[in-house]
Amino acid sequence: MPEPVLRLEKLRKSFGALLVTDDLTLDVMPRELHAVIGPNGAGKTTLINQISGLIAPDSGSILFHGHDIIGMPVDARARLGLARSFQVSSVLPGFSALENVALAVQSRSGSSLRLFGRAAEEAGLNEPAMAALGDVGLAERAQVPAGELAHGEKRALELAIALAMRPKILLLDEPMAGTGREETARLIAVLRRLKGRFSVVLVEHDMTAVFALADRISVLLYGRILASGTAAAVRADARVVAAYLGEEME
Amino acid sequence: MPASLAASRIRRREGLPAATLPAGIFLVLALLPTVTWITGGSYLISVGSRVMIFAIAAVALDLLVGYAALISFGHAAFIGLGAYAVGILSAYGCTDALVSLPVALAVSAAYAFLTGLVCLRTKGVYFIMITLAFGQMAFFTASSLAPFGGDDGLTIAARNTFAGFPVLRNERVFYYIVFFCLLGTYLFCRALVASRFGRVVRGAKENPIRVSTLGFDVYRFQLATYVIAGALAGLSGFLLANAAEFVSPAYMSWQRSGELIVMVLLGGLGSLDGAVIGAAVYLLTEEWLSAFTENWKVIFGPVLVLIVLFARGGLLGLTSALARRIMRA
Repeated sequence: MPEPVLRLEKLRKSFGALLVTDDLTLDVMPRELHAVIGPNGAGKTTLINQISGLIAPDSGSILFHGHDIIGMPVDARARLGLARSFQVSSVLPGFSALENVALAVQSRSGSSLRLFGRAAEEAGLNEPAMAALGDVGLAERAQVPAGELAHGEKRALELAIALAMRPKILLLDEPMAGTGREETARLIAVLRRLKGRFSVVLVEHDMTAVFALADRISVLLYGRILASGTAAAVRADARVVAAYLGEEME
Repeated sequence: MPASLAASRIRRREGLPAATLPAGIFLVLALLPTVTWITGGSYLISVGSRVMIFAIAAVALDLLVGYAALISFGHAAFIGLGAYAVGILSAYGCTDALVSLPVALAVSAAYAFLTGLVCLRTKGVYFIMITLAFGQMAFFTASSLAPFGGDDGLTIAARNTFAGFPVLRNERVFYYIVFFCLLGTYLFCRALVASRFGRVVRGAKENPIRVSTLGFDVYRFQLATYVIAGALAGLSGFLLANAAEFVSPAYMSWQRSGELIVMVLLGGLGSLDGAVIGAAVYLLTEEWLSAFTENWKVIFGPVLVLIVLFARGGLLGLTSALARRIMRA
């Protein structure tokens, strides 16, 4: 069995008396798309924040390719190959779509301490950025300020930014949040095309998306993994249906 | 939308190339001594030099406030440090710019580095307060330097020489030296904000957490920007000491820091052009109004409030908005 790309071991985090991550252990295998589902308040975003480094866990370890990355700052984790998207679109509104992605390209290609030379005209940044925009179907909107994009386009841009980082693992925090049916379908198609290039942790409420994309699903409830397995196994799990899926499936 | 973006887009809509405005500004500045050559007298030249010296510091401050959202309320300290480098060196008989200029830049950059290490750990209003505190620290230190005049300041016997030549002592030559310092500062900052480095800094202004998740150590980029802005203010201080042939703790006072912020806001935040225009308008208004009344700030204050309230892009934003209205009519 290959070694997991990401391994969370006995991760624990509480906000005051509220235990949001409770002895959580989770593996993400190479090229696997691992969905994390659960009701609101189950601790999904907190989990993503701990993996990407925005929140420090109280105890436990986060192993990336076998190395504990706890204590490593956000930017260093990103340079290792952990890319993430945000539940609330956090593209840079004053930057064009292209510049948003080009900034992500910049982080993995050459030094950003260059004080001269117009970054906006660097083909080495713009070409991979355009490719990533093309991957999510935003090529024609490249010059539009990100703040003026429609909601669904911002979601796609979030994805393009993450892709441009050439991640080893991609943490997607509700990429379909607030998108319409058509846009959801488009984003699912995009993710399906990208599947297998790298590992993905997908936090999502949209069950259509989860069942269409996930290799494995872990169900999170009160900060604990309630069940973990293939889509079919999870769907058949009586505890999962009782706790979460029951209401979602109706 | 940041003012810079708004301004550049407005200009594009009018069909003027973006370089028109700065080209115009620097053309006027370059030709100013010719006017005084015709009219006679050197009053305009010394006012012009003073405007450009503060414009250098204002452009540097715009780098922080306008492009990095770092509202430094202690920027005058760096001007003062640059000026005191000149004053103290010349008190010891070292009067050549080949020594005093590098020292002025190094001292202000070092102070920016050391204080920036601490200041940049804080955000928002705390950043404003802590930069103010470090500014005041420099101010009180200078005030207590009894051997160098303390509160009264320090008169410099003569302007610096350059490699032994007294070039700075000719008003016109000095004017053009200041002019090229400002032009160099402007072009340097222009290149900086468009570079890879500048893109990271501008990105962090909009959303620092987002930029850190892209793999950038935002703190280091901001620190580098802070040091660059500090060193440029040191250049301004070097020139100011030579222009006035005098240095005083007042150069570092928090009022002066506030005036610099006003200059940047007045011209229009985040455009560099605006900083030059703001410095010119502020100092010329001061010059003009203070001829009428000692309490010129009573008039200037309300005007400033109106500009901040109704022209968010400063004078630059106001004029381009007016231009658009005229074009449409």
